[in-house]
Amino acid sequence: MKLVKNIAIALTLSAAAFTGAQGAGTAKHPLQIDWSFSGPLGQFDQASAQRGWQVYKQVCSACHSLKYFRFRNLADIGYEEDMIKAFAAEYEVAGEPDDYGDPTTRSAEPKDPFPNPFPNDNAARSANGGALPPDLSLMIKARHDGANYVYSLLVGYEDAPADFDLGLGMNYNSYFKGSQIAMAEPLYEDAVEYEDGTPATKEQMAKDVVQFLMYVAEPSLEKRHNMGIKVVLYLLILSIILYISMKKIWKPVKAGRNFYED
Amino acid sequence: MAEWKVAQPKNKAAGWLEERLPIISLVNNVVGSDTPTPRNLNYFWNFGSLAGLMLVIQIISGVVLAMHYAATTGVAFDSVERIMRDVNYGWLIRYMHANGASFFFIAVYIHIFRGLYFGSYKAPREVLWMLGVVIFLLMMATAFMGYVLPWGQMSFWGATVITKLFSAVPVVGDSIVQLLWGGFSVDNPTLNRFFSLHFLLPFVIAGVVILHLWAKKISDSGNPLGIDVKSSADQIPFHPFYTVKDAYGAAVFFLIFAAFIFFMPNALGHPDNYIPAQPLVTPDSIVPEWYFLPFYAILRSIDFPLGIPGLFELVDAKLLGVLAMFASILVWLALPWLDTSKVRSGNFRPMFKWFFALLVIDMFFLMWLGAQKAEGNIPLYGKFATAYYFAYFVVILPILSRKETPLPLPESISNPVLKPAE
Repeated sequence: MKLVKNIAIALTLSAAAFTGAQGAGTAKHPLQIDWSFSGPLGQFDQASAQRGWQVYKQVCSACHSLKYFRFRNLADIGYEEDMIKAFAAEYEVAGEPDDYGDPTTRSAEPKDPFPNPFPNDNAARSANGGALPPDLSLMIKARHDGANYVYSLLVGYEDAPADFDLGLGMNYNSYFKGSQIAMAEPLYEDAVEYEDGTPATKEQMAKDVVQFLMYVAEPSLEKRHNMGIKVVLYLLILSIILYISMKKIWKPVKAGRNFYED
Repeated sequence: MAEWKVAQPKNKAAGWLEERLPIISLVNNVVGSDTPTPRNLNYFWNFGSLAGLMLVIQIISGVVLAMHYAATTGVAFDSVERIMRDVNYGWLIRYMHANGASFFFIAVYIHIFRGLYFGSYKAPREVLWMLGVVIFLLMMATAFMGYVLPWGQMSFWGATVITKLFSAVPVVGDSIVQLLWGGFSVDNPTLNRFFSLHFLLPFVIAGVVILHLWAKKISDSGNPLGIDVKSSADQIPFHPFYTVKDAYGAAVFFLIFAAFIFFMPNALGHPDNYIPAQPLVTPDSIVPEWYFLPFYAILRSIDFPLGIPGLFELVDAKLLGVLAMFASILVWLALPWLDTSKVRSGNFRPMFKWFFALLVIDMFFLMWLGAQKAEGNIPLYGKFATAYYFAYFVVILPILSRKETPLPLPESISNPVLKPAE
């Protein structure tokens, strides 16, 4: 049995290596979605980000870590402190050693990062057919056109065309480089039951989880946009004032005055 | 040439200080009210002070980042994320610093090409120009090492590709690479020394900037007409006229800079650098930052050895590429002696103008080529673009300066009546 598993892993890896090597440029251009956070005035859609958190928690977090995200960050997308404490308390994390030096566990607190679903990369690989599910904290910023790319990837699973040579344990997705991806289709209709009653279509969940992951990748986005408007306006006014001052100060120069004659 | 005026401050304390250390005179004479400056400088002359401001911004933001950054491979990436997430306004400081590098280069490139067009490298400003080239080289080294620090995929692989270039040097090449790495691959010692040098070099740049300004004081600013100052009527005091003009230019420049920091902070970066460095996974394509692309394109274009095919190789292809890349900047040092035309300003050189315009287009083309994968016709285009780049400096300028008939030069800056060229 172990032999079969090892062969399967070897095949998957070589398939992945092969498609990785020749797959550049073969990915489809991502679908373009009108995101609430794009553009200079863009802000997060809090309801969507909260739904996205639910999708991450119930679907993605089975395999993907989110190591730069702490429970306390949930306050930024509109959760109250007691709710955050309750979310955190659902997870066990390693505690301080006890008085005898034996390891302990405790329930997570708002200060803790989201726990990694696997103890280490090897465990993650072995549970996923040899492929390592990447950390999602920065995923949106770590890909070209990241928000659209992740959305397209999540809704882009199809049956492989008849002439396509799909590797063992691989899935066909033409938005992925090389069109085959080790991750099985994660989202299906009603994969989660939204607390706010929004119908959980595949597209809806994909949009929501991208909204959430964008927040995780760029938590300062709203603050940045708000400050940016003020800074740009300030500099605009400053430029105008300085331009007028310059014109005024330069008048005698333009009139041809010699400043070095007594 | 430039005379030195001793300041006589009215304020007693200032006078006391001035007597013991003439620092007020120093400022007044270099960028102040006692600095006679040509009255006809256009907006291209704004970019020197802008580059200086960018250096200050980079140093200040960089020093703050260094307070939170950890130069150890295991935690470097995490420490940058910590700055972005947990340090108060860390995201602002980091985006300022990362985009600041690009805007520093924008200012410096415009400053350099202004010099190339208006003949700022010609007598008596040769040393001023050469100091500028030294600053540019130091900037490139600083920017390269700074890009390594976040320890993302592009950091790691960019560092690997660029440091390996030195292995092309005959005999001692491999030793140089080991010295740069502090080991046998890009690893913790590399990151540590790059951090140390990235902290040091900006202060070296600041030192050379002081020499650059000193040389500017001695030879005075050039001007768009390229003619010497004939009388005091040609000049105005630097302060307040050029201080207010520089301030206006800075506000507009910072407006664009701010738009990048706040609305598209990652537009000039590469998404792969948000993936932690993985020594066993090579990215699809390793692309340097945009400001290195023209020189990277020159490096890649040379894929042939120097010698007689089939008989012997004087210089192998790899070394020739590296030499070409360094030569493409070092050739600027020889510029004062390559272009011997007495006329400084391109405005009065009817043929030069066109070749210069072509050089600017060539630079943009090289920049584009540097970002492409070396497939299809790209290497061929690269060879043409590289050939023109070098031809401009070592063939076209020397010939032009002998053959070209310049337009008549104005008699003076204040009295722009045309007179025939001598």
